[in-house]
Amino acid sequence: MAISTSIWIWIAALLTLSIYSFLYKDNPFYKFSEKILVGISIGYTVSIYFHNTIIAKVWNPLVHDHNFLVIVPLILGLLMFSRLFKGKAYLSRIPIAFVVGTGCGMSIPSSFENLFKQVQGTMPQVFTIGNIIILIGVLSTLIYFFFSVEHKGIIGKVTRVGITFIMIGFGAAFGATIMARISLFIGRIQFLLGDWLGIIS
Amino acid sequence: MMKIINYLDHIDKRWIYLVLAIAVIFPFLFPIGCPMKITPPVSNMYNYINDSIPEGGVMLVSVDYDPSTMAELHPMGKALITHCFSKNIRVFLMGLYPPGVGLAQDMISNTLEEWNKSNPDNIKILGNDISLFAFVPGVSVVILKMGEDIRGTFNTDAYGNDLDSLPIMAGVNTYNDIDYMVDLAGSSVILSWIIYANGRYNQKMGIGTTAVSMAEYYAYLNSGQANGMLGGLKGAAEYEALLIKNNVSQDRNQASIGMDAQSSGHLTYIIFIIVGNIIYFIKRKKEK
Amino acid sequence: MFLKKQLPLLVAMFMGTMMIIQFFIPHPFSKNVYSTILDWLMIVTAFTLLIAVQSTVQMHITKIRRKVTDWQSSVIVLTALGITVFVGILGGAYAPTNILMKIFPNVQPGSDTPLMYLYIYFQTPMQATIFSLLAFYMASAAFRAFRARSFDATMLLITASIVTIGRVPIGQFFYANMPEVVEWILNYPSMAAQRGILIGVNLGMIATSLKIILGIERGYLGGGK
Repeated sequence: MAISTSIWIWIAALLTLSIYSFLYKDNPFYKFSEKILVGISIGYTVSIYFHNTIIAKVWNPLVHDHNFLVIVPLILGLLMFSRLFKGKAYLSRIPIAFVVGTGCGMSIPSSFENLFKQVQGTMPQVFTIGNIIILIGVLSTLIYFFFSVEHKGIIGKVTRVGITFIMIGFGAAFGATIMARISLFIGRIQFLLGDWLGIIS
Repeated sequence: MMKIINYLDHIDKRWIYLVLAIAVIFPFLFPIGCPMKITPPVSNMYNYINDSIPEGGVMLVSVDYDPSTMAELHPMGKALITHCFSKNIRVFLMGLYPPGVGLAQDMISNTLEEWNKSNPDNIKILGNDISLFAFVPGVSVVILKMGEDIRGTFNTDAYGNDLDSLPIMAGVNTYNDIDYMVDLAGSSVILSWIIYANGRYNQKMGIGTTAVSMAEYYAYLNSGQANGMLGGLKGAAEYEALLIKNNVSQDRNQASIGMDAQSSGHLTYIIFIIVGNIIYFIKRKKEK
Repeated sequence: MFLKKQLPLLVAMFMGTMMIIQFFIPHPFSKNVYSTILDWLMIVTAFTLLIAVQSTVQMHITKIRRKVTDWQSSVIVLTALGITVFVGILGGAYAPTNILMKIFPNVQPGSDTPLMYLYIYFQTPMQATIFSLLAFYMASAAFRAFRARSFDATMLLITASIVTIGRVPIGQFFYANMPEVVEWILNYPSMAAQRGILIGVNLGMIATSLKIILGIERGYLGGGK
């Protein structure tokens, strides 16, 4: 492989290096790149919403398919903009209540279902050391987060077990986090050494 | 001795950065090729896709991450698509957030190009073998609506073509017509897929997640709500290794190549932790 | 007053209750209503994003107008945003628009759009790199702050070290069954703690949802009268 001749790869590589320059110290290149990133990411999202939502979900059904039922959510959506008018800002509460209320209603039955499956998974079907560890671990962790009772006496001892399990859980998550962070750096190195400089295949 | 300890304790953090950077870059220039064991969550997903989805079956991959975690999740998506291509399984990609749809588009163009170059006798075509649904906002709402009517949810593919006009859509209307779905994400959106798509519509599913979130999702593997998981770059590398072992891919891919650097980076971290603790204990003893 | 306070609470209560009842009634009529509401939700949620964009743009315009410190940064943000939106709307999202193909005859229906170029070659490398900086910060933290100060901290440190070394191929050099040890930790003790937290979070979510539907929790409506 040879060094890239694509102007786009060069742009991406220079932007990558300008972000890494921050590791040495804060500098104008980093600041400039950071601001461009903010602008482009918002602009990208707006463009996608324009084509895939406004045109596909509102304009086309209304203008081409004459589906006038779309007017209801359109009005609800537009009411959000009442926040811009001081005296009428309260109107934006209606669409917010619509979204939040519906979301809560949708989530309650499914959350119960999820809860039951997790509880079911905790109940050992066969008594193995692993299954007993799961049962003790889940119960003691739950009791640790139960703050209505003072963590003293037998409860205190159980919460002690709980905190040990939590530490093992956090430790595992921390170990995995190290892995994740290095992977992200590896991704950039593969781009710089491979796609840009062509040193590695 | 104390001089060295004090020096290390107050060392400029940029030296630490430099050591880590060298440790990660070095294996790329001089690869070691560490052997790798395949873990059960990865082999379970591989075996399910390999053995339980019929030829012409349908697989859905939801690309719900953004560029910040693409180093870990992008290789997973590419490996999954390559596997599906080799089994002649139809693949649908989608994204619940706009950045994911952009990355899915990138994934499609890369895998199509690579596959068609190395398999001229089994050419894959956009719209026939693989497709990308248009972005629709709403996250959980989109997942739920797909259970009722996939065509009504998206209307078109990401390129503006009517879904009814695409050959790949033949017989695909709800989750009942999707054999398997994998959510690739580093956020709690996986939970939405589990509780809505799997919980309400019994969609058989697997998880592809970042190493950060991996520990959290073992609970769903244990409860049977998901049947396989690719965790972090290592998960992707294991999947790539399975593809090579089964002659689907010939060369080591992105994630597998990165594994040496990953090992070296981890070792450096462990050395940092050990040296840091030695300094701490020596200084504590001295203070006492 | 009714419009300001009671109506939003009633809307939330009505919609929430309806969605719960709908879950238990798989009648075609109920399914149709459910499907229509999902369609509406997609459109309404789209507007929440537009509001967020509007307030960000407003904030930067105000900074420029008042010439506050670092106001030049806001000019860069708005310029990048403006160019991206212009290119994105005119040129298309994932497939080029007719206008773009008319202006540039060499652009074909299957070509990448200018927006995708901006996304793949500008946004993607920068965002990926910013997050990869965390590898360095965490290394510095591992050296300076990750200390075995107590029994709990030692447990955390030992588990983290085993997982760190055992999840990568090099772990097998130290102990052949290292990957199995890590899988065991992730499958049993770690999973137990994660599940305990998960059940707690789930109960919290159900309780909050019920409080919203019943009108006890009103914080989401924002303050003021």
